[in-house]
Amino acid sequence: MSIITFTILIFFGSLLAGFLGSLTGLGGGFVIIPMLTLLFGVDIRYAIGASLVAVIATSSGAAAAYVKEGITNIRLGMFLEIATTTGAVLGAYIASYTPVNTIAIIFGGILIFSAYLSLKKKNENILQTTKSKLSYTFKLNGTYPTPEGEIGYKVTNVIGGFFTMMGAGLLSGLLGVGSGALKVLAMDNIMRIPFKVSTTTSNFMIGVTAAASAGIYLYRGYIDPGICLPVTLGVLGGALLGSKFLTNAKTSRLRQIFAFVIIAIALEMLYNGFNKKF
Amino acid sequence: MKKIMQDDDLEYAMGNLLRLGVVISSIIVFIGGIIFLYKHGTHIPEYHIFKGNESMFNSLPKIFIGLKSFKGQAIIQLGIIVLILTPIARIIFSFIGFLFEKDLLYMLLTLIVLAIISFSLLAGTKIV
Repeated sequence: MSIITFTILIFFGSLLAGFLGSLTGLGGGFVIIPMLTLLFGVDIRYAIGASLVAVIATSSGAAAAYVKEGITNIRLGMFLEIATTTGAVLGAYIASYTPVNTIAIIFGGILIFSAYLSLKKKNENILQTTKSKLSYTFKLNGTYPTPEGEIGYKVTNVIGGFFTMMGAGLLSGLLGVGSGALKVLAMDNIMRIPFKVSTTTSNFMIGVTAAASAGIYLYRGYIDPGICLPVTLGVLGGALLGSKFLTNAKTSRLRQIFAFVIIAIALEMLYNGFNKKF
Repeated sequence: MKKIMQDDDLEYAMGNLLRLGVVISSIIVFIGGIIFLYKHGTHIPEYHIFKGNESMFNSLPKIFIGLKSFKGQAIIQLGIIVLILTPIARIIFSFIGFLFEKDLLYMLLTLIVLAIISFSLLAGTKIV
């Protein structure tokens, strides 16, 4: 297979991944790495590098749309970015000392966990009071618009959320994914932030977190121009198409189907990882 | 309430800034891609072999050498660097926002985030 055929095939694969990732909110990165490694036999380190670049592209591209809704909590995002970027730099360093098959196994595990999280019910209860002094010190409490007017919310368990975010950053740097599902988990379940705020604030953080490990990836040779070319442009195009299709139609069914597809891919990654096929 | 209004304006500007970064970098990657495919399209790829530190475009100096001779891969990497810098521009924008609001605590927190990211980028230049 020549470079040009390879590029075209990966472009269309990435287009589909970006489209599905944006429709379901799971992100395209999770499909890119298995596609490149299992289907095209690309070294997993190149796949991780290309996926990380695609993550930066989609999160930055989507930010403008999210901003219009006006519910990103910038202070909360900035505060937690200290945790995610520290984790991401650590993760990128650990990645180069971790055997590729181990990385594939961790990837498979995280994939299953994220699919499970995406099927879980979201937190829509809003805290009106909090005992967390830190949430006042760091001005993390906010308001968000609803049809009935601005609603205030309070943040709890700031320390627990901070360290979960560091873990999410570490995985992002180790595996080249946005780990958006984990970020939302930290904000939803631990800090009790309303779902709409946590989703948009998570997107705000994903690009910055990924950028924090990108420098190390580049230097280690993970970012190959020949692979990043079709992956970045494909995923971006797919995400753009997805956002056009994304009306208020029910995506829960699609989300379920996609979650099962992801579990199947995860099992394949685990199987190959345990049999040292990477 | 006035403070929140300013926040929203700033966010809106940031959103557009990010989109601009993505558009510019996509155009650069696309141009580099055309040149790369034109020159090397018929070659057989070796993406199953990880070259690591031996790769031709894994640092700024190497990328600039490639740019001088219009290498497609170097142009793609330039586009990717623009992409990596895009969220960092957003952080700098946030800093300016906090400066206007005279929020010292958040100016400090923003600088910490910038320092962590700079550490990673400098690792790429072999200074750290």
